[in-house]
Amino acid sequence: MKQQPKDIIASSRTISRRALVVGTSQIALMAVLGWRMRSMQVEHAEEFRLLAEENRINIRLVAPSRGLVFDRNGIAIADNEQNYRVVMVREDAGDVGEVLARLTEIVDIAPEDLSRAMEEMQRRSPFVPVTIAERLTWEDIAKINLNTPALPGISAEVGQSRVYPWGADLAHVVGYVGPVSDYDLSRIDDQDPLLQIPKFQIGKTGAENKLEHTLRGSAGHRRIEVNAVGRVMRELDRQEGDAGKDVQLTIDNRLQTYAQARLDGESAGVVVIDLENGDLRAIASAPSFDPNLFVRGISVADWEGLNADKYRPLAAKAVQGTYPPGSTFKMITALAAMEDGVVTADETVYCPGHTDVYGIRFHCWKRGGHGNINLHDSLKQSCDCYYYEISQRVGIDKMAAMARKLGLGIKHDLPLSAVASGLAPDKEWKSSVRGEDWRIGDTVNASIGQGYVLASPLQLAIMTARIATGHEITPRLVRLIDGVEQPSGRGESLGLNENTLRRIRSAMVDVCNNRRGTAYGSRILAEGYEMAGKSGTSQVRRITPEERAAGVTRNEDLPWERRDHALFVSYAPIENPRYAVAVIVEHGGGGSSAAAPIARDVILQALYGGAPPLDAYPASQRSKIEQQQRRIEARIPMGAKAQSRA
Amino acid sequence: MSYLAHNTQHVPTGLRKIWYINWPLVMLISAVASAGFLMLYSVAGGSTSPWMEPQIKRFGLGMVLMFIVAMVPIWFWRNMAFVAYAASIVLLLGVEFFGEVRMGAQRWIDLKFMVLQPSELTKITVVMFIAAYYDWLPLEKTSRPVWVALPVIFILVPTMLVLKQPDLGTSLLLLFGGATVMFLAGVHWAYFATVVGAGVGAIVAVFESRGTSWQLLKDYQYRRIDTFIDPSNDPLGAGYHITQAKIALGSGGWTGRGFMQGTQSRLNFLPEKHTDFIFTTLAEEFGFVGASTLLLLYLLIVVFCIVSAIGNRDRFAALVTLGIAMTFFLFFAVNMSMVMGLAPVVGVPLPLVSYGGSAMLVLLVAFGLVQSAHVHRPR
Repeated sequence: MKQQPKDIIASSRTISRRALVVGTSQIALMAVLGWRMRSMQVEHAEEFRLLAEENRINIRLVAPSRGLVFDRNGIAIADNEQNYRVVMVREDAGDVGEVLARLTEIVDIAPEDLSRAMEEMQRRSPFVPVTIAERLTWEDIAKINLNTPALPGISAEVGQSRVYPWGADLAHVVGYVGPVSDYDLSRIDDQDPLLQIPKFQIGKTGAENKLEHTLRGSAGHRRIEVNAVGRVMRELDRQEGDAGKDVQLTIDNRLQTYAQARLDGESAGVVVIDLENGDLRAIASAPSFDPNLFVRGISVADWEGLNADKYRPLAAKAVQGTYPPGSTFKMITALAAMEDGVVTADETVYCPGHTDVYGIRFHCWKRGGHGNINLHDSLKQSCDCYYYEISQRVGIDKMAAMARKLGLGIKHDLPLSAVASGLAPDKEWKSSVRGEDWRIGDTVNASIGQGYVLASPLQLAIMTARIATGHEITPRLVRLIDGVEQPSGRGESLGLNENTLRRIRSAMVDVCNNRRGTAYGSRILAEGYEMAGKSGTSQVRRITPEERAAGVTRNEDLPWERRDHALFVSYAPIENPRYAVAVIVEHGGGGSSAAAPIARDVILQALYGGAPPLDAYPASQRSKIEQQQRRIEARIPMGAKAQSRA
Repeated sequence: MSYLAHNTQHVPTGLRKIWYINWPLVMLISAVASAGFLMLYSVAGGSTSPWMEPQIKRFGLGMVLMFIVAMVPIWFWRNMAFVAYAASIVLLLGVEFFGEVRMGAQRWIDLKFMVLQPSELTKITVVMFIAAYYDWLPLEKTSRPVWVALPVIFILVPTMLVLKQPDLGTSLLLLFGGATVMFLAGVHWAYFATVVGAGVGAIVAVFESRGTSWQLLKDYQYRRIDTFIDPSNDPLGAGYHITQAKIALGSGGWTGRGFMQGTQSRLNFLPEKHTDFIFTTLAEEFGFVGASTLLLLYLLIVVFCIVSAIGNRDRFAALVTLGIAMTFFLFFAVNMSMVMGLAPVVGVPLPLVSYGGSAMLVLLVAFGLVQSAHVHRPR
C-alpha cells in the first residue's frame, strides 16, 4: 500500500515522540541497573568479598602429635605409632567392586570393613577418600604400592595412633585414649577446636586423661580452597600446631611390670613409694586389661568380659579401692595415744582375749589372749585388746586427726582417675553424714582399722612413708613435663615426737624380724636391706557369737567374696629407709601370709633394681622363691622388651 | 512517481551500501561480543574450549549473516515479515510436537545441521510482523479496537506457545517486544493504561490462585518468585543461584579481582556461569569499572538504534529498528536485574555475551535488519 507523504510525516513524528518516551524509560531503567551495580560493588563490596572468601576458604585443623609418656628410665609407656591405612577415591577407581576384589587378593581385609567402606563411598561425594582398612603392616603397604597400576584410586596413607607397648602392665596408670564422644563434649568445658575433629583422640582415663592438656598440644591449621561441591582445590597455607609435651612419670617400668606379674592371679594392688621424694615407683593393680583394646575400639565381647570378671580388671585397686585397713591402722592409734600422753611405751595392758565395752564384747584375734602386753609387743603380735583400751583413752577425734596427718582420709592430688579419699571417721563426720552420735564401740572398732575406717593402698603407703621418715611425704607421679622437673614430694617434718616414732618403727622391725612377729616368715635376710612392716587382716563379714563359740570358720572354707582382705605395709631398709610399700590382696586371707610375701618381693626388686639374690630370702623358702622368680621372668620378657625400645 | 520509486533513487546500491552501514553500531556489537569471548575464556579456566572457540565461529557466521541481511533492501524484509512470522509459529508448534526436552523444558528442535531454539527466532519475527502490520495499516485505523485486537492476537499466539515450553523469560520478551512496537506505532495510550491495570490485576490473580485448582503458574515458577522475594530463605536450595550470583558480583569491588582471578566462578559456586550468569563473572573479575563499561556499551547500542530509527521516515524500518532495540534492551536489562537480585531468575541470556548459538545468530540477524533499515532509509 502506498502512503501519502503527509501520513509519512505524521507517522514519523508519532514514532519519534514515542521512541523518545521508550528510550527515556530505557535509560532510566539502565540508570537503576547502574545504581544497583554501584551499590553492590562499591558500597557493599567488603561484605560480599567476605562472603566470597567464606565460600572459598575452608580452615581445616591439623591435629598435633600427642606428647609421649615415659617411665623414669626414659622407656616409652605411651607411644605414637605410624598407622598405615589404605584409602580409596571412588571417582579414580572406575569399577569399585573390581578394584576392591583385587585389593583383597593382595592383603587381608575383613569383610565388614569392606562393606562399611562400600556403604560410606556410596554416601560420600566421589572425590572424598574413604578409609578401607587401618593398621596395616608395612609389608601390606609395600604390596599395595607395588600393585599401584592395578589398583586405581587406592592409596596408602600414614597417620599416628596411640600405642601402649606395655599393655596391661601400665593400663591403670597411663590409662588410654579414645575418640572424643558427645558425652565427653557435654561433660568437659573445653573450647579447643581440636575436639571437633572427627575421631580425635583424647585421654579417657588415667594419666592420659588427667594430663590431657599437657599431652594434647595445640591445633595447627591449614587454609584450603574448596569449590562449590567441597572438593579441595589447593592448600593456601599451612601452620603446624604445637606438638603435645612429653611427660616422664616417676613409675619404674621394670618394677611396675614385676609387680603386675607378682600379683598375677590375685585381685590385688600394690604401691611402691620412694621415701626421698615421694616418687611413686609402681602402682600395680591386678588383674588388669589391655588399654590398646580401647584405642582401637573395644569389642562388645571384650567389654562384657571385663565387666563380668568378679576380680574387676577395670578398677585400679591401688588408688581407687578403699578397704578397712585392719591392723595396719594400729600405728595410728598408737601414735595418737602416745602423742596425747595417755599411754607410755612401757605401760602394759592386760589382754584376756576380749574386751567388754558397755556390755558389748570385742574379741582379740588370739582367743586365749596375750596377757600383759606393752606397745612394742602389741604391734609385733598385733594384739587387739591393747588398742581397744588405748583408743578409749585417746578418743576418736585425735585418732582421726593423726590418720589425716599421716595421709589417710584425704585425697591426694595425683593425675590418676578416681583417686580415692578413703575415710578417717570422727564424731563430726558421723553426726553430719550419718546423723547419728558417735558411740564408744565405733572408737573401739576404728582402733584396729575396722568399722568406718577406709583407706586405699596408696594412702597406706603414704602413711608408712611418713612413719618411716617422720616427714610429710606426698606422692609424686609426674617427674618431668617437657623436661622440667616437678616439685619433690618430700615435705617438712610432721612434728611427731622422734622417740615415739622410733618405738613404733622398732616394733615394725620386729614384726618382720622377730621370731614372734606376725610377718617373720617374710623377713629379708640380706644385710642392709632388712624390712620393717605391719600386717593387717580386715574382716568383710560379721562373725556371730554362735560362730565364735563353735570356732571361727577358716578363710579357706569360705567363699572367695567373704574371705578377709589381706594387707601389709612395710618399708626398707630399716636403717635409712628408701622405699615404702603397701599391699592389698582382696579376700586373700591373713595379711602376714598373703600380703607380706608380696610386699617383700616387690621391695627387694626395688632395692636391688632387679631380681635379688636368693640368699636375701630365708633358706627354707629359697627353692620356692627360685621357682617363683623363674615363673615371673617367663611372664615378663623384661630385658628383651626394654632393650628393643630403649 | 511513486514514493517507492522516488525512494530508491536516493538509496545506495551495490557494494556502495557498505559505506552506508552503521559502522559505529558494528563496532559496539563487536566490542560487546569480544567481552563475551574473554569471559568464556576465563570461565573455562583459561581455555578456548569448550566455549570461546565455538562462540567466535558463531559470531563470525552471525556477522556474515548480518551483512547479508543488511545488503538486502528493507522492503524485501517487510514483504517477508508474514512468511517469517508464519514459519516461526510452525517451528514453535514443531517444538511442541517434535522438540527435544533439555533441562526440563521443551525448547529445542534438531534441524540436523544445527539445534535451533525457535523461541529465539520468534523474538525477531514477532517484532518484524507487527511492524509490517502497522506499515500496512492506514494511520487512522491504528487505534480502532478491531485493528488493535489483531496484533494483540499475533503477539499472544507465539507468547502462549513459548510459555507452554515452558520459558517464562522469552515469553515476557515477546510480549514486551510486540507491545513496544504497538506503542511506537501510535496505538492510543488508553489501551496501554488498561492493559497495565489488567496486568496488575492478573498478578494479584496469579498469587491468589496459588495452591488452588486453577493455579496459573507451575510450582517451580512460584518458587522462583518466592526465591526472588527473599532468596535468603533457602540459601542452599532455590535461592542458591541468586545468592551466589550476588556474592560474585558484589565481591568484585571497584576494579575486580582481575582477569581469570574470579574465585566464585572458577570454583563453580556460580551456576550457569557460561550462559545466564556470565555477567557475574565479568563483574567479579573486572569490578564496577568493567560492569558499568559493559552497561555503557549496551546503552550506546540502544541509543544508536533509537537515533537511527528517529531519522528514518520509513514506517516499517523505524518500527522494526525500535522493536529490535527494545528486545535487545529487554535481554540485557532482565538478565542484569536477575543476577543483581532485582528480578526473578527467568532464564534470559546476556545478549552477545552468553554462550549460545541460537540467541547469538538471531541477534546478529536482527542487527542485520537494523543495518538494512539504516542503509536503505529514505533520504
